[in-house]
Amino acid sequence: MKYFDEFNDPELAHRQFAAIAERVTRPWAIMEVCGGQTHAIVRNGIDQLLPDEVELIHGPGCPVCVTPLETIDKALAIAARPEVIFCSFGDMLRVPGSHRDLHQVRSNGGDVRVVYSPLDAVALAEANPDKQVVFFGIGFETTAPANAMTVVQARARGLANFSLLVSHVLVPPAVAAIASSPTSRVNAFLAAGHVCTVMGTGEYGPLVERFGVPIVVTGFEPLDVLEGIRRAIDQLEDGRAELDNAYPRAVSATGNRAAQAVLAEVFEVCDRAWRGIGTIPASGWRLSEAYRDLDAEVRFEVADLQVEESPLCRSGEVLQGLLKPHECEQFGTICTPRRPLGATMVSSEGACAAYYQYRRLDVPQGA
Amino acid sequence: MSDVHDAGDVVGPAGPVDPVAWTCPVPLRDHDRIVSGHGGGGRLSKELVEHLFLPAFGAAPDDPSHDSVVLPMPTGGRLAFSTDSYVVTPVEFPGGSIGDLAVNGTVNDVAMSGAVPIALSAAFVLEEGLELAVLGRIATDMGRAAREAGVRLVTGDTKVVEARERGGLTITTAGFGVVPDGVDLGPHRLRAGDQVLLSGPIGQHGMAIMSRREGLEFASELATDSAALTGLVQTMLAAVPGAGTSGVSSGVSSGVSSGSGGGGVRALRDATRGGFAAVLCELAEGAGLGIEYDERAVPVPPDVAAACAFLGLDPTHVANEGKLVAVVAAVDAEVVLAAMRAHPHGREAVRVGEVVDDHHGIVVARTGLGAKRVVDLPLGEQLPRIC
Repeated sequence: MKYFDEFNDPELAHRQFAAIAERVTRPWAIMEVCGGQTHAIVRNGIDQLLPDEVELIHGPGCPVCVTPLETIDKALAIAARPEVIFCSFGDMLRVPGSHRDLHQVRSNGGDVRVVYSPLDAVALAEANPDKQVVFFGIGFETTAPANAMTVVQARARGLANFSLLVSHVLVPPAVAAIASSPTSRVNAFLAAGHVCTVMGTGEYGPLVERFGVPIVVTGFEPLDVLEGIRRAIDQLEDGRAELDNAYPRAVSATGNRAAQAVLAEVFEVCDRAWRGIGTIPASGWRLSEAYRDLDAEVRFEVADLQVEESPLCRSGEVLQGLLKPHECEQFGTICTPRRPLGATMVSSEGACAAYYQYRRLDVPQGA
Repeated sequence: MSDVHDAGDVVGPAGPVDPVAWTCPVPLRDHDRIVSGHGGGGRLSKELVEHLFLPAFGAAPDDPSHDSVVLPMPTGGRLAFSTDSYVVTPVEFPGGSIGDLAVNGTVNDVAMSGAVPIALSAAFVLEEGLELAVLGRIATDMGRAAREAGVRLVTGDTKVVEARERGGLTITTAGFGVVPDGVDLGPHRLRAGDQVLLSGPIGQHGMAIMSRREGLEFASELATDSAALTGLVQTMLAAVPGAGTSGVSSGVSSGVSSGSGGGGVRALRDATRGGFAAVLCELAEGAGLGIEYDERAVPVPPDVAAACAFLGLDPTHVANEGKLVAVVAAVDAEVVLAAMRAHPHGREAVRVGEVVDDHHGIVVARTGLGAKRVVDLPLGEQLPRIC
């Protein structure tokens, strides 16, 4: 089928593997920024089939994984309030806060609902005027336009009972933070194709120049990922550092201007704490002054939060590409998807969950 | 039941990575209340049974993961018995309703032990406000499904509870059938070299339901594959001499090195909740052997693949209501496959993989690109991804 079979074709894939093997002469480390790409790489075994010289480092691009614990605790506190209908994407439900997760809030009587589109939450607010409806708006630039539309529509419909709990994060500042880290081993980046579908590629040229690293905008099917890797290797072997778009069927240089206009109106850039990594300056979005009254953090005073991160969890190092999931002492022993210490073990896009799900047999004894 | 510790030990090569073996003095240590994942058919459901129900009930069945139990009758012969509760939203969906499911689901659970189902009971918990017209259509579906499956609905019960949301209903059916003499199916009969067959394309039922779920409507032609599989099972068992028998089958000498345990059909599972992947995991764990399959051999209809990609779901974890997985002795695989393809419910049957004496208790998929990955039980309910 179009876009599935075509971009999974084994013969074409093996030609790409061969092309990469032919080109590579020395070790290179390439970071795929997006968790969706990590998932595709590990699920399909792309990293197993690449030449030994090519190492893939898994980046911080899992929105569930990097949402700060404090935000999750706030979400849990708001969701537990009797007047609230709390709406979230499905994979946030199992992310552990300090003491519980949204599933447990729901089983204790909280009204927590999985929605498939953020605008469903606005419809819920309209249908339940006696309730406060809160949508948990997280993610990268990809999910931001739809989340922004919730407050635009709530405002347009005069809904006083809708609010947004926002914890948006931005890819370019994270790439900059990793590239400028003295411990970073990354030689080239595969940028997240869907983020660029919204934002265009304009933010990445300056990063290429500033850090002298190739950045290749890359898609998500196996052949997309391989094409991104091949082009990155080409640049590295040539000694070039350029911005390249290997996902032109979805990404244009300008991106989606209509979406960008809504984002500029609804959000403003802020410093943001990334779970496991720390605060990265100007790396997030919060609601702009004009929409501050629809900010759930303003509407619900959530005080006395005792935020407790597991001292054993090393997801920060995993998210920065400093540690492979199975190199963590906790991996698969006390930290499993069943009982995750950190969010990287929860989300299907999290590197730890991907390794656990697909790679248990490869994990060496005593890892 | 097989000892939980043993089930964990067979994970073997993974060493410290041991998802199965943990037991805890405090059962279900992560939750002090039921969460939705406990009903999802994955690890949480399994833990609920193993850590709460079985210890409380005292007597453990031989194989708790089996959908039906086979009991010797005092008067001779063996009875296959099963029960299941059906809760689905919406109650009517493309190609069927909760009524079809309640009949076919229990019929299939009984049929997978090789039995011919005879009769069902049906108990209804109705919520206030349920429209009688809807209930009438559901009852009609049940009657039709029972006729098609060749079973009788012989006894039942009705209760009404306060409406929780908007007039839904729960149907519980129980059914039994007689297991033909000599038929013995189950994971205990698996041998290395056995072939894994799948009766047709996967994912249709689950995605048909999803396509009509509130807030998620998407245009598709997807309809449930709900069907009674008794006829298919009996056709398969009749296809090979000594099929499904535990003794040495007459005239069939298996060419497989470890081909003891009789020829023919070794085990059958209908791939309902938890999907194709969950069934393979249960078989591998139950047998203490590994299973490997080719990802590209598993038929996924294009609209199922598209809907799954859109929602971030794995088609091998999506429920089916009219598909079975069969493990068959290698020597008989072609004959059984041909018999399946000659039956209306097995027309698109395929061979997908084999049982191996490696990575015991674990299922491995060979990816389209030629790599290998572990296939796991879904943890709880399937949740669409963020992006």
